[in-house]
Amino acid sequence: MKKEQPNYLKAFLYILLFSYAVITLLPFAWALSASFKPLNEILSAGLNIFPENFTFDNYVTIFTEQELFPRWLLNSVIVAVIGTALNIVFNSMAGYALARVAFPGRTTWFIIVLAVLMIPAQVTMIPNFLILKELGWLNSYQGLIVPGMINATFIFMMRQFFVNFPKEVEEAAAIDGLSRIGTFFRIVMPMAKASIGAMAIFVFMGFWNNFMAPLIIMTDASMYTLPVGLNAFQSDYATYWNYVMAASMVFTLPVLVLYILFNKYFLKGLSFRGDK
Amino acid sequence: MARFTMTKSQLREAGQGYLFMSPAIFTILVFLIGPILFALYLAFNDVNLLGETSFDFVWFDNFIRMANDDRALIALQNTAFYVAIVVPTQTILALVLAATLNAGMKGEKWFRVIYFIPTLTSSAVLVMIFMWMYRPDGLINTILGSVGLPTYNWLNDPSVALISIMIMNIWATAPMFMVIYLAALQDIPESLYEAAELDGASAIQKFLYVTIPMLKPVTGFVIIIGIIGTFQLFDQSYMFSGGSGGPNNSTLTVVLLIYQYAFSNNQMGYAAALAVSLALIILVATLIQRKMQKNEEIY
Repeated sequence: MKKEQPNYLKAFLYILLFSYAVITLLPFAWALSASFKPLNEILSAGLNIFPENFTFDNYVTIFTEQELFPRWLLNSVIVAVIGTALNIVFNSMAGYALARVAFPGRTTWFIIVLAVLMIPAQVTMIPNFLILKELGWLNSYQGLIVPGMINATFIFMMRQFFVNFPKEVEEAAAIDGLSRIGTFFRIVMPMAKASIGAMAIFVFMGFWNNFMAPLIIMTDASMYTLPVGLNAFQSDYATYWNYVMAASMVFTLPVLVLYILFNKYFLKGLSFRGDK
Repeated sequence: MARFTMTKSQLREAGQGYLFMSPAIFTILVFLIGPILFALYLAFNDVNLLGETSFDFVWFDNFIRMANDDRALIALQNTAFYVAIVVPTQTILALVLAATLNAGMKGEKWFRVIYFIPTLTSSAVLVMIFMWMYRPDGLINTILGSVGLPTYNWLNDPSVALISIMIMNIWATAPMFMVIYLAALQDIPESLYEAAELDGASAIQKFLYVTIPMLKPVTGFVIIIGIIGTFQLFDQSYMFSGGSGGPNNSTLTVVLLIYQYAFSNNQMGYAAALAVSLALIILVATLIQRKMQKNEEIY
């Protein structure tokens, strides 16, 4: 425990903490409240945070009358869930091989993984578009998922985890007659749950929140993911802030639920990166 | 090389290694290394995508063209201004928030949870909320007006449009760096503070002469990540301006310009040259930052 602070300093620090909490939450609270207000109440520019005429109509409307909105939600779920699942398996496999398997070229591949960490996405954006075009993968789920099915940052993170993994566990499994692949999937991966959890959250958020890749790859409005859909929605319904805010809240909810459930992993995952 | 004298078990290890690595190797070759080489090639070509795709080698024309491209210069200026304001501001804010949260106050866990929310939220959602709050009769102007402060046309006045994006992004990303600082703060040995106290240091002196020097390596990390992130500003300026970079090019960033040339103007070669140049600028900026920090440590 820290030494006791003098009272005036303590008061000042609490004021600072509370003010910043208000600054953080106000935009979200304001948007959430607007999503339950009819449009005329929003436009009359009152500062009431609690809706006078509370209504679910905005949510009903975006799901029923704006037929593309549920589709965008579905697209986002498909891309984020499949993309995350592939990342979990492939990043763990690569991290494990780099940490544990003695194969020729291991050092070279490790250096390559470190090197591609540093490449800004803008450099690969245009060539990737041309490659996906040649493959006929523009406007498809695989066009978004396959180029992102591994992530060098998390290959590196998983390698760091497996380097410190007790060898005896694997040896015991081998004696019990498990193959290497069997050992990996049935013994090693389950023991890496915490690291995999942190990775899964960050990869999922990466897919869920990505704006640029779907903007470039998806050309039909029906293939948009939520961020691109929301942007299109906003330009079509620029004055219907009630709908735009309801759509924004639907979009934010899954991430908030994830955050509340896995809060520990979030902060751990980030501080892990900060240590380096 | 021992490649030809491998034993059976070594061969098996090699096979297993490459089996485990194969998805990563495939993706790295096809979607990372291949594209980098391809980008370098594109940067020296005129690319025509209409009808049959064609490449026309033009030597350094694309790079020479940048010097006379007014919009490229404006984009670079905007981006540099953005980096120069946002990186120091978010770093200082993150440090202050982290130090405040680390002072042993009650409920710090809750504050930490709350502060982190904007960092999780999609840029698309944040832009929608802020576009709405930034309207001439929106929440921000209403609050400013009610306490007698000047109001602005946040989105459509060229002199403040980029600042609107800065405010939003500092608010959204500072908490991420705050968490990094928090982790580092917890590693500073308590004995250093006790020693400073014996010497009669005040709270502010302890912060200036113990905390900040001890955090130097983390600050370097935060600044480099900040530079890399801010140079790549795209989502927010695209959405705020409907893809144009307006009003009057005031929110045009380098990445938005690359996007426009590549996907609206069908000039992929020139866009690739801009992208390669941006990567070089980011590389040089991070190298300079590292160098500066190393030099400081000598004294």
